[in-house]
Order: sequence, then structure tokens, then C-alpha cells
Amino acid sequence: MLKIVGYPDRFSVAPGETINFKISVEEGDGFDARMVRVVHGDCNPEGPGLKFVHVPTNADGRHPGKVQRIDAGSFMRVDGFPALAAAPFTFVTMLWPTLLKRDDQTLLCQWDAASGSGIRIGVAAGGRVEVTFADNGALSTVVTDRAMLEREWYSLVVGVDPANRQVTIDQRPLVPYAQTGDSFSGTFTLDVAPPAIEAPLFLAGCPMADGTVGRHFDGKIDGPALLSGLHAPAVHDALLRRPLDPTLATHVIARWDFSRDIRSLRCVDIGASGRDGVLVNLPTRGMKGWNWTGEEHSWSKKPEHYGAVHFHSDDVYDAGWETSVSVEIPADLRSGPYALHVSCGESDGEATREDYLAFFVRPPRDRKARVNRPKVVFLAPTCSYIAYANHAEHITARGVEVLMNRMVNFGHSDLYMYEHPELGGSLYDTHADGSGVAYSSRLRPILNFTAQYHSWLGGHGSAVYQYNADTHFFDWLEHQGIDYDVITDEDLHEEGLELLNGYQVVMTGTHPEYHSTRMWDAMKAWIDRGGRLMYMGGNGWYWRVAFHDELPGAIELRRAEDGIRPWIAEPGEYFHSFNGEYGGLWRRIGRAPNVMAGVGFIAQGFDISSYYRRAPDADNPRAAFIFEGVPDEIIGDFGLVGGGAAGIELDCITRELGSPPNMLRLASSEGHSAMMLLVNEEFGPVPPNLGGDQNTRVRADLAFGETPAGGAIFATASIAWCGSLSHNHYDNNVSKITANVLRRFLDAEPFAGGET
Amino acid sequence: MVYKIDADEDRKYVEEFRRLPIGEHSPGLQRVLNIMRLDRGGIQYILVCRKRFEEYVIGRMPPDRSDPIEIEDDKVFATREEAEWEMFCRRWREHTGESINRPFKDE
Repeated sequence: MLKIVGYPDRFSVAPGETINFKISVEEGDGFDARMVRVVHGDCNPEGPGLKFVHVPTNADGRHPGKVQRIDAGSFMRVDGFPALAAAPFTFVTMLWPTLLKRDDQTLLCQWDAASGSGIRIGVAAGGRVEVTFADNGALSTVVTDRAMLEREWYSLVVGVDPANRQVTIDQRPLVPYAQTGDSFSGTFTLDVAPPAIEAPLFLAGCPMADGTVGRHFDGKIDGPALLSGLHAPAVHDALLRRPLDPTLATHVIARWDFSRDIRSLRCVDIGASGRDGVLVNLPTRGMKGWNWTGEEHSWSKKPEHYGAVHFHSDDVYDAGWETSVSVEIPADLRSGPYALHVSCGESDGEATREDYLAFFVRPPRDRKARVNRPKVVFLAPTCSYIAYANHAEHITARGVEVLMNRMVNFGHSDLYMYEHPELGGSLYDTHADGSGVAYSSRLRPILNFTAQYHSWLGGHGSAVYQYNADTHFFDWLEHQGIDYDVITDEDLHEEGLELLNGYQVVMTGTHPEYHSTRMWDAMKAWIDRGGRLMYMGGNGWYWRVAFHDELPGAIELRRAEDGIRPWIAEPGEYFHSFNGEYGGLWRRIGRAPNVMAGVGFIAQGFDISSYYRRAPDADNPRAAFIFEGVPDEIIGDFGLVGGGAAGIELDCITRELGSPPNMLRLASSEGHSAMMLLVNEEFGPVPPNLGGDQNTRVRADLAFGETPAGGAIFATASIAWCGSLSHNHYDNNVSKITANVLRRFLDAEPFAGGET
Repeated sequence: MVYKIDADEDRKYVEEFRRLPIGEHSPGLQRVLNIMRLDRGGIQYILVCRKRFEEYVIGRMPPDRSDPIEIEDDKVFATREEAEWEMFCRRWREHTGESINRPFKDE
């Protein structure tokens, strides 16, 4: 288990700036900290071992620490709301519950946790609507005897008469089923009259005595409204008519239209009083409502069909922890990968008491200050790190052992993750209610974004994936004495092409899978202007993501239509709520990975890796510089990731998907096992020969091609490639090929772009 | 119909697995493993790494995340392969009723 966890307030910091770390210490009252440059985070004894270089800063030394917790669960809050208990009122809403085994869920409440007073309308275990009145700790609850069904729309009308301690509940399914009995209509008298209180109004959550918000609702809410006075159930239909009956309008206390301002956190009150709500912890917006017909799939085209917000009891955006230590980045510090090493004691078999909280030091923000910069930059795939943040399919899904073809590894981090679902999931996980996690943020402890994390997912051997796999490349760059800058995906999204200008070579990580449109456009524009891309991994430029206008560090993904999808977006919910763009695979909007990197995703398998065999194009004079000193027929039959350079996820040249016609196939991998499987988007009818032992399409193509502007693309086409760089003390053909390419790419001489 | 592991037919794969628990398997062994590894009750046996690359134990993850993972502290493995063999032997017994009674490594 972990005794210390934390996160920085940013992934990218410039020299001279301050980065704040939020730490939770489970043992003792303090921790030691020191900043390090991260060179190699893989402690596999078969490799070069852990390498960190201490960087003296103001953070060196002991700091006070304490336990900090995450208050997960999304809700809407309206401050300054009038006291509901002062007079009779009616609550109407459409709802679509999704996790009815959970007890004590809140639909709406006005609740003062300190005095134990208020009114709460909710859902009891099994799906029965309940209403609670409370007066200074005295509670009275009534509950219906007709349960709702999960994932069905219901109209709910609750009339509340506080002074007379009476409630009337009317629950009607949108789709009636025979022999089901999920309608209810009835009146109850409670034992307690709630006092009129000054307190915020909440939807989908309730203030708790400990200061948190709990009793969350899992499911969709659409069109909630509060009316003064008691109304018959037919009032719900009347509210939906246009134009609204002016007599009814005078009764509207508040009426929230979630189809307005979908890109924001604001919940617009379309009543006359402007009692707008604010969403907390990122419930999912742009969700189809009760009235979605399928005629339109984009919320921006027909917002009135997208009036639902999907709340989850395990949503989280910002853990909001107090800063434990602020680190002033030295003004003259090299750009690169760094971490704050924090520790609260010695680790042992029961617990890990240290962590390396990762971040990157970027070049100065002021362009004028960027003098004598390196010509090569590493694009840290932070969108992919965030997409995989706390990747917990080994917990939230079953069948992972079959896919990994070996037992599922749980280190201390994974055990901690299991016990702390409030950390929030990755874009691979499902919420507790089974719906996909469409939003992920970096403002929370991310247990797999750290050196020393050995994943359940990486290839046999080092079992590293994403960040820690990328440290194999950091180590090689350091060993080669390469001076390089680092920028992050978020930097590229914010600053665009201008950030890339001035660099001759961009190097990627091992798995740069997720990109926003601005990132994609900037990278393509830079390549088209003569940039040289070293694509050091596999399955890159695969999914399209969106950043939020107001919330730094949050990204959105819709697993739409096709691709390797651990969850599948609901029909009609393929458009990002953050920006209205169509989500899913880049390939599905005509920008297959091949268009960017010359190769595209073809196969995946997570146990063992294989090797490349030299292909005829290796002897093309255009590729001579790549194979200088490499006469070998077999390339990369060694490595820390699955024992070979071709593994985990593979790409190949496909002309039909946009691979440039001049791409040279330098080498192709072979000898893959039956567990290296062709990816879904590559077939229609399911073929029986999906595995690499029977399918010749299952291969990585080591590729190179020039661009018309004198630039070039080099693609390793395999996530495992970088795991082979350090073999035999860095003296091997994978290392030589990589060094040859980098050397030539750093040569200003343009590549021949004309007729060949 | 899903294949049922047959002790007589599949015994030949036991030694293959013992020689190479993690790696490319014959189609027959792969089928046995795929069937062994799917627990329809939602229980997942896991490999708990107590010290990286040094010390492993077997754990049992329940279907419901609110229930704790059970960890078998009494049997410690120095490599993942040893743990894989232990798991294979247990599952072989579960599917065939037979005990393998062979150590992972010959003395």
C-alpha cells in the first residue's frame, strides 16, 4: 500500500516559475522532499536500473504533512437559494437512474448539515423514491413501494407541503412494460416539519456533517424545476408545452435547462429569477435527454434533445488539496523530465513510502528568452498520460488476465487504487454505474504517472507503460549526451505551431495516442513546413480529445463508433461536450494516424514482443544513413519490454489510410504470437485468423519517408522499441538505428523532396 | 459449445506450461489457459508484487470492489513464473480433479 501520494498543480513548468505539490501522508506528520531529474524509472534488474539526478532547490528537506482526502462525486449547487420549507412547492424532473443498488441517493435537497435540518428528495436502495424532512436532527422519511428500473426514463413530480408535513409523489415511466409496476402515485404524512433554512440548493448531492458532499445520485437528470405551490402531476406536461402558460410561469421558482451552455459548468435557470447553478466535479454534459429521437446526433445542432446531465458518485475533477510544498524552478535549469521525490520512511513488503511526482520543465515562455535552444524537442504525451490516469481496467473490468496472457500484476499502487475509487478513473474505465469515464484530469494523484510504476499492462519483463516506458527513451537520450527540450501536449494545445517553430526534430513518447484538434493541426503544419518527426512508439494519433474552456488539465473523450473501446459511447453521444467536436478515432474524420506518422495502428498484444526483419527498402540509398553500421538482418530481438523491440501495440504502412506513397518499409516485425491480435477497425466480418501466428498483416513496419518541404518522418511503429535501446550497454542495432536517424535529422541539410 | 478441459487430452500441455509459463504457447495450451483464466463468478486471482522483481504472493480480488482483496501471505514466490505455475496447478485441479504434484523447477 502507499503511505504517501500527491500531485503537482501543473505538468509543465518554465524555468523561474513555481510549481506546487499537494501531498497526503498517511503515516507521521511530515515528509522529505527533493527535486530530481528523471533519467530512468524502470527498476527491472535486467536493465540499467533506476537513475535520478538530484537538483538542489528550495524544496530540499523536511516538510510538514498530513492526510488529505478526495471528495468525489458530482453535483449541482445553487447558492443564495430561498428557503424552500417556507411554503408549499412542487419539484418536477425527468430522471434516468443508473445504479439503484446504492442507497441514499439525492435528487434535490436544501440541507443544513450542521443543524441536521432540511428537505431531501432522493432514491433509496432498489430504486424507490424517498423524501426526508429533518428538524435539528429529528428525521422523518417516507419511501414509495414501487421501484424504478435502471436506465429507463421517469417523470417525477413531488409536491411538498412542509407546514402540513405532507408530500405527494407521482412517478411515471416514459416506456411502460407489462408486469413491471414501476409507476407510483401517493401521498404521505411525515412526522417532522422541516424549518425554513438559509442554505444552498443541491442536485445529485447533499452536504454532510464532515464538510464533504455525499449521498450522490448516479444517473441522468433532465429539466429539473421547482414551482411554488402544490400542483397535479399534469403540471409536468404543461411545463414542456411551448409557449409556456403565463399563469404557470408565475409559479416558477427555478427551472434549469441543461441544454444551455453545455461547454460550461453553468446550469442556466430559464425561470425569471436567474438562479443559475454550478456543476462541481465534472458530471457528463452533452448527454441525450428523455426526448432524444435519434434524428440528430450533435448536441450543438439540436440542444433541446441534450438536456440531460449524467451525474456519477465517483466523478472527480480537482482533488483540491492544500499545497504541501512549492518548488521554485531555477531560472537556468535545463528543460527535461523531472520529479519531486517525496518520502515518509523506508518502504517494505507491506507499503511503499516514497513517490516520484512527475512533471516537465519546458523552455522559457518568453520567446525572446529562448536563446541557444536545442534543435530537438521531446513532445511529452501528457494527453495520453491523463487519458490513462489511474488506469484501472484490472479492477473495473474482468478478463484482463486472458488479454495479458499472464496473471494480473498488482503492486502497492494497484492495491491502493483498488481501495480508493475516489481517485477517479481513467478514460479506459467505467464508473460504478457502468457508464464510461469520458473526462479525466491531472488535478489528483495519478498513481501510474510516476517512475517505478510497473504496470499490469506493459509487456513481460519491465512491464512499463506510458510514462515509465518513456523513461527508457529519456535514459537513452541522456546516455547519448543529447541536449533536448521538452514540451507537453497541453503546451502544444495552448500555443500551437509557434511552439514548434525553431525545432528541427520532434521526438514522441512510446505511445502518443491522444491528441486535440489544435495539437493535431499544429503538428501537421510543422511537418508540412519541413519538420522532422521521430515517432518513437506505436498507436499514435489514434483518439481525438478535447480540452475544457474553463478547467485546466481536464480532457474529454467519446469512445465513438470504432476502435479498441474498453467502453462504448451511447448512440447519440459521440460529440464532445467540451467543444462540440465529433469525438472518437481520428481515422473516422479522415485523419488516420498514417497521415501524420506514415504508419497507423494495426495490432496489439501485451505479453511478449518480437523482432524486425530487414526489408528490401533498407537497401534503398535514401535509407543508407539509417543503417550505417547496421548490416543485421534481424533487428531488436532483445529488450526489456516483452523481450523484443516489436511489441505491445504495432503500426504498419497502409497507403489506403494515408501513408505517403514514398514511405520506405525498412523492416517489418514477424514471429508474433497468437496473442498479438489485429485491431477491430481493420476488419468487417470477424476473421478467424486474428493472431500474429496466422495473419501477415499483424506486423510493425519500421518506416521512413521524406516530406515535400525537405523534412522527414521516421516511425518505429512499436511501443516496445524504446525498451530495447539500453540492451548490451546501449550497443545494439535498435540504439544505432535511432542514433543514426537523430543525427541525420539534426543535420540542417534538407531531405530530397522532389521526384526520385 | 465451450471446450471442457480434459485431463487425458490436455495433460501434454502441463509440461509445456511448466517449461514456459509466459511466452508463446501452442494452440492447445492457449485454449486451456483461456478457459482456466475466465472466472464467470467475477473473482479474479491476481499476482501481488510486494517487492519489485523480488517477492510475489497470490491475491483474490472479489467481484464487488467494496469487499477487500484477500492476500495469501503464507506462500511467497521469487518470480512471477513460480506464481504462474502455482496458479496453473490449482486451476488444473479445479478443472480435472487431478493434482499435478510437480515442482516448478526440477531439483
